[in-house]
Amino acid sequence: MSPSSPARRALAALLRHRLAMFGLVVVVLFVAAALLAPWISPADPLATSWSAIRRAPSAAHWFGTDENGRDVLSRVLWGARASLMAGVIAVGGALLIGVPIGLVAGLAGGWVDALISRVADAMLAVPFLILAIALAAFLGPALENAMLAIAISASPVFVRLARGMALEANTTDYAEAARAMGNPPWRTALVHILPNIAPPLLVQATLSIAEAIIAEASLSFLGLGQQPPAPSWGSMLNSAQRFIENAPWLAIFPGMAIFTLVLALNLLGDGLRDALDPRSARR
Amino acid sequence: MISWFLRRLGQILPTLLILSFGIFALQQLMPGDPALILAGEERGDPAVLAQIRAELMLDRPLLEQYGHWLWRLLHGDFGFSWRIRVPVGELLLDKLPVTAQLASMSFIIGVAIGVPAGVISAVAKDKPLDWLMNAVALFGISMPNFWLGIMMILLFSVQLGWLPPSGYVPLWEDPWQSLATTIMPAFVLGTGVASVLMRHTRAAMLGALEQDYIRTARAKGVVERSVIARHALRNALIPVVTLGTIEFGRLLAGAVLTEQIFSIPGFGKLVVDAVFNRDYPVVQGVVLATALIFVALSLVADILYMLINPRLRAA
Repeated sequence: MSPSSPARRALAALLRHRLAMFGLVVVVLFVAAALLAPWISPADPLATSWSAIRRAPSAAHWFGTDENGRDVLSRVLWGARASLMAGVIAVGGALLIGVPIGLVAGLAGGWVDALISRVADAMLAVPFLILAIALAAFLGPALENAMLAIAISASPVFVRLARGMALEANTTDYAEAARAMGNPPWRTALVHILPNIAPPLLVQATLSIAEAIIAEASLSFLGLGQQPPAPSWGSMLNSAQRFIENAPWLAIFPGMAIFTLVLALNLLGDGLRDALDPRSARR
Repeated sequence: MISWFLRRLGQILPTLLILSFGIFALQQLMPGDPALILAGEERGDPAVLAQIRAELMLDRPLLEQYGHWLWRLLHGDFGFSWRIRVPVGELLLDKLPVTAQLASMSFIIGVAIGVPAGVISAVAKDKPLDWLMNAVALFGISMPNFWLGIMMILLFSVQLGWLPPSGYVPLWEDPWQSLATTIMPAFVLGTGVASVLMRHTRAAMLGALEQDYIRTARAKGVVERSVIARHALRNALIPVVTLGTIEFGRLLAGAVLTEQIFSIPGFGKLVVDAVFNRDYPVVQGVVLATALIFVALSLVADILYMLINPRLRAA
């Protein structure tokens, strides 16, 4: 990478972006908490204790205990696993589904493009969360199904984005040159177009992970995601609702975790957008 | 204009057809046999199961089932709720006013906060006020609706005792009580709309303020307040109006969890209850109805865009 390559300049711009760096640090902390949960949790997230039911936060239990006497801090730390896994796997799936289909639509044109575009329109006509709820409902309640439902619901955004970028990239000189050198269309798409449309995809993926994490929490809140007693922030909020009057900490900490992680991802996504796309830089 | 409208319809119809097939095909994802769910106590009786399968046409090829389903749909028949044996269409019509009230209130709150905030932010660009508004909007976008709802119940109902934590009173029964039961959920949903509208209004205003006609207006000696309100805002609002229409559609989805938390008997509660009762025709009905509303709203957005943008109207 030469000193003035676009990637390096973007990285430098990102490093200068203080809010984005703050977001990145927070995201890394959450990832660390999820990975290290078995070692850093003060207690077993599933261990119930009938002698310590709904205890307010204290030195022994920083985030208090829940209605079964389980340590809330440990459950929040373990819950980061469900949320981050759902966010990353679901958006990874959405990328794997959406990008190739979008590239095909953009490069093939004609009826293939028309068909793919109408299917994407149809999926985008159903609000994201309602589509995810409907899919999760028909697939059955489980974290894997929730992730699949979120991946499918999030994919049309990537279809549209990849299609639009492919259409634009296809008219550029480098795509023309790649074709003129006798590259087959799939090679042009993979080797010459994909790297050039990667930056906006990365930005969208970051923002989509934030959305997917909220969606996973929502589905788990409704009982369609992570199944109890396994900890997830959404299902913790659901049971917290019943005890809002005398045990508000049950609702405060898992919600704070979702909010902080989503905020950090949005900061990072906005910063990436500013760094990678000079045209959309904040004016 | 008419040819544009026809072209737009030409896009919408295939979209709707694909959508209807997708919603119909959801059934195929379902684990287990619907006849077994419907038969209930009598699931051991093969005659009952065969009768149910014949009634629902489950014994027919998929495409024939779809054709039949679509045909009835076009005649306004959304099927029957498996659970309470009521036409799904009736259930939808019953719940629509509740969600419509909630969505309208949220939308009013969202516009009332979001548009002025966006204008102020653009005018005060890069000043502390702009920074503050951006921070608030980012918080609003990152805040999960349902958590905000729970926190508001904690503050306004549990701690302060100002508002009822849940329940719903129809507008025509007791308008005052109706507002008291819906103001918190409407605010929860409205903040999300406000955040999105604020960001777009700000961007559109910044774009408009850079235009030559603004410089001309200022050079003519037009007072700054009038430059912003009459010259810049009027042009900036064009994309915001269309975006607002789409946001209104998205409110219907946001309402799902918010209605759940505040026990408001609208679309959201209907679909969640249906999911738990495995009442699949109702789930399909709600998905279809929200999608239809959304498609209709995007068409309205396009038409509004044409009407308020003189350049497009002439073309």
